[in-house]
Amino acid sequence: MTGVRRATGVPILRLGDVLVTGLLEELDDRSATAFLDELTERITAEGAKGVLIDISRLTIIDSFVARTLSELTTTARLLGTRVIVAGMRPPVAITLVELGLRLDGVETALTAERGMAALGWFRTASSQEVGHGDHAG
Amino acid sequence: MATMPDEPSVRLASRQAPPFAGPPGPVTSRSEHPVRVEEDLMEARHAVRAAALAVDLGLVDQTRVVTAASELVRNAYIHGGGGVLVIEQLSRKGGRGIRLTVSDDGPGIPDLDAALDDGFSTGAGLGHGLGGARRLMHEFDVECPPGGGTTVRVTRWAPG
Repeated sequence: MTGVRRATGVPILRLGDVLVTGLLEELDDRSATAFLDELTERITAEGAKGVLIDISRLTIIDSFVARTLSELTTTARLLGTRVIVAGMRPPVAITLVELGLRLDGVETALTAERGMAALGWFRTASSQEVGHGDHAG
Repeated sequence: MATMPDEPSVRLASRQAPPFAGPPGPVTSRSEHPVRVEEDLMEARHAVRAAALAVDLGLVDQTRVVTAASELVRNAYIHGGGGVLVIEQLSRKGGRGIRLTVSDDGPGIPDLDAALDDGFSTGAGLGHGLGGARRLMHEFDVECPPGGGTTVRVTRWAPG
């Protein structure tokens, strides 16, 4: 087992059968490619059923990073793993649309929390805010 | 005015076309950034971000301009074998703006129409670089002179 490798400086954590990772403010092309390779390797090594990628800190997504996310999602799907990209900043989303990139096939979530819920992770019952509404719990 | 404000004014200079017209407004600041090694791509982005901030572009506009810069600089690096980025801060009646000029000494673009079509790419990327940068900016010019090389010049103005 490789443990927590940090070729890209980005930790990839395992929570049960889900891998959780996130991208920093910016991603150069080499780091994007290294991230794709490392995550794909970890998916098979850990037998992950789902991957959550938090991109709430990422300030730009250009065509290269968009392609990397698409490729990662496709590769993971072929391996039987579901990838959710969570927390895209609104300016990034607006720019992607204008750029003509729709990230087809890439599943997204508004927040990492919602992404985790989609992957089968829920807050514990002891949480004050459990459930979907303010009055739940 | 028949033109829509968000529709980029495109002048696709052919290989026979005259050189670019003069600048649309006074340049208040100008900086040059080499695009020779991969690390320069990130440096260029940072410089563009700083300039976009300096002319008071909002967050969405900053993101548009930095993304367009990333596409153009990568094109120069990959297709043009490296080049140079010039960042100019502009000021005119009604608002400030930022102009990016990316030049390389590569082979040029054989078919501009195809290069601007989405999906076209002769190298790494999705083929959204040139067409995408055009949509993200207010003004867009590309020039491929007979001697080779490519110069792309894009401008975005802060909302007046």
